[in-house]
Amino acid sequence: MSVTDALTTADGLPLKRALLRADRRARWRAFALVAPLLIFVVVTFLVPIGQMLHRSVHNPAFPDNMPRLTAWFNATPAGTQPDETAFAALAADLREAAAARTVAIVGTRVNYDLPGTRSVFTSTGRKAAGLQPPYREALLKADAKWGDPALWAVMRAASSAYTPGFYLAALDLTREADGSIIAVPPERQVYVPLFLRTFGLSAAITGLCLILAFPIAHLLATLPLRWSNLLMILVLLPFWTSLLVRTTAWIVLLQQQGVINSTLVALGILTDDGRLTMIYNQTGTVVAMTHVLLPFMVLPLYSVMRTINPAYVRAARSLGATSWTAFRRIYLPQTLPGIGAGALLVFILAVGYYITPALVGGASGQLISNLIAFHMQDSLNWSLAAALSALLLGAVVVLYWLYDRLIGIDNMKLG
Amino acid sequence: MPIPSYATPLERLWQYAYRVICALVFLFLIAPILIVIPLSFNIEPYFTFTERMLALDPEGYSLRWYDTLLTFGMQAPDAARDASWWADAWANAHWIKTTKNSIIIGVFSTLLATVLGTLAALGLSRPEMPFRSAIMAVLISPMIVPLIITATGLFFFYSMTGLAGSYVGIILAHATLGIPFVIITVTATLVGFDHSLTRAAASLGASPSTSFFRITMPLILPGIVSGALFAFVTSFDEVVVVLFVAAHDQQTIPRQMWNGIREQISPAILSVATILVIVSIALLTTVELLRRRSERLRGVTPR
Repeated sequence: MSVTDALTTADGLPLKRALLRADRRARWRAFALVAPLLIFVVVTFLVPIGQMLHRSVHNPAFPDNMPRLTAWFNATPAGTQPDETAFAALAADLREAAAARTVAIVGTRVNYDLPGTRSVFTSTGRKAAGLQPPYREALLKADAKWGDPALWAVMRAASSAYTPGFYLAALDLTREADGSIIAVPPERQVYVPLFLRTFGLSAAITGLCLILAFPIAHLLATLPLRWSNLLMILVLLPFWTSLLVRTTAWIVLLQQQGVINSTLVALGILTDDGRLTMIYNQTGTVVAMTHVLLPFMVLPLYSVMRTINPAYVRAARSLGATSWTAFRRIYLPQTLPGIGAGALLVFILAVGYYITPALVGGASGQLISNLIAFHMQDSLNWSLAAALSALLLGAVVVLYWLYDRLIGIDNMKLG
Repeated sequence: MPIPSYATPLERLWQYAYRVICALVFLFLIAPILIVIPLSFNIEPYFTFTERMLALDPEGYSLRWYDTLLTFGMQAPDAARDASWWADAWANAHWIKTTKNSIIIGVFSTLLATVLGTLAALGLSRPEMPFRSAIMAVLISPMIVPLIITATGLFFFYSMTGLAGSYVGIILAHATLGIPFVIITVTATLVGFDHSLTRAAASLGASPSTSFFRITMPLILPGIVSGALFAFVTSFDEVVVVLFVAAHDQQTIPRQMWNGIREQISPAILSVATILVIVSIALLTTVELLRRRSERLRGVTPR
């Protein structure tokens, strides 16, 4: 019997149990404060993202509109040669889809996996009402492509609503007619090079931000408070200024008839037709994004550098270290937490950037986000956009997890 | 930082170079923002300083681009500028309409984000909060997840639930995006909070709600207000979600700027940019003043 068991509260409960109950109640009260927001974020943020992830593996366009052929695919093992039943099912489905005006949807779905097949569906759909048995001959007469084993392999793959096909496409992989997965020829690869470019440019932007932020963060951390508060405004003002304003400003500065080029021409450094192309290419993206993301590097660096005791560097100097050695061996290692926090944050934000590359990036400065927007708004291949988003999201979540482990979200500061 | 007397000539040189480097980086940060201000008064439709502007000739400057902001979209922009002209501008001018939309969306999403975010921050800063770090990670994630992914997800979600093209949809989305900022600023304010104050209030007979409104709230108010300002700016500057889920006629200021930059960029964009820069200077000043007030209230001595 321990002492606490013997003790009781005024109303006769054992103290241990009363304390446990109070503790539990306090936990519930804390959770109840967070619950409304948690529910809100789950509904308006996590559910939509989950739905997007679902769409990246789920596309029911084919099974919904081609039920008979889907049933035939389900009933026969993979690799079965299409027989007359299959062609009859195809003809019946095409006839129905043409009447319901959904044949183009099916054609578009198959076209994602085998380019050039959309017209096979739409043109046959127009003739579908007049198709007579034997359907094999009739369909082959309508379009010889119906005899192509590759088309049948793709239709079989599309007949299942759940498909890894969009992830394959997003990773520049393709499925052979026999079902094996291979990489598409290098000249037709789009997404993997774009992912690499996104990561490469983000790394370059992170590096540039670090190089630019380090000296000013150090200056801000070592100046007397009166001065550093004033100079801090120069860092915080860009942070508070609209992203579109900052991007517009870079267009004004960098374009061919812009301020920098005109100044250089006026100074006689450039000739009028030798104006530099600094925008609508990778240079534009890198310069503008470095400017936009620089405050996110300065602020964490500053908050770490402020806590570094200057006595350490002075001690190193008094023990005979040169200023460079003292910086390298004593000061720099102490700034590593700030470098880590800033670099991770800038990299995470850069990887998903959309607006700035879209406005100043031209063709060569586009990032993966711009291609996701393209598939959402122009090519309307939503499942592929969702698969690309999922891959990007995966990368960001890994980096976010790393940030949380190394720095801790609680330590994130704004200004 | 004074240069110590024992510095070698090389170190002296480096100290001067270091100051020049810092000055250049500050220039890089601030010059692009300031450069748009004089250019927005250009009388010519160019993005560069004309000779007359450089000579500070008043003839080279004009308010014509600010005037276009008012007249663009009006029914009778050339009428005499009397009360009915202003009524026309108020009702029809394109930029005024977009400003109204931006403010409506911004205010409601800020209210939602601030109320929910402050409550949650109060819960999160209690030591007994279960699953604290996991929940915090979820609540901060809208700030980290790329906007294009959020917008894509919301596009699918809203087209299914019928929220696409509605103000409610945009307000909910913007509130979600603003929440991380509220949580971060309010929890930061609560870090130095002296909990014996609320206990003292309770011992004197105050109910939890009384002690919140009379004791806690006045002390953390600066944090709440700066969180709200962050949330408002987030909504006011947000364009990706609006591009994906808003209806065609739901123009906001950033969306209109986006269209303007993509189609034909005219100095009118620069005059909008100038106004927005002035707004951000005002906001920054407010937040700085609040931060100092909060430090004073909480007895935290500024470093």
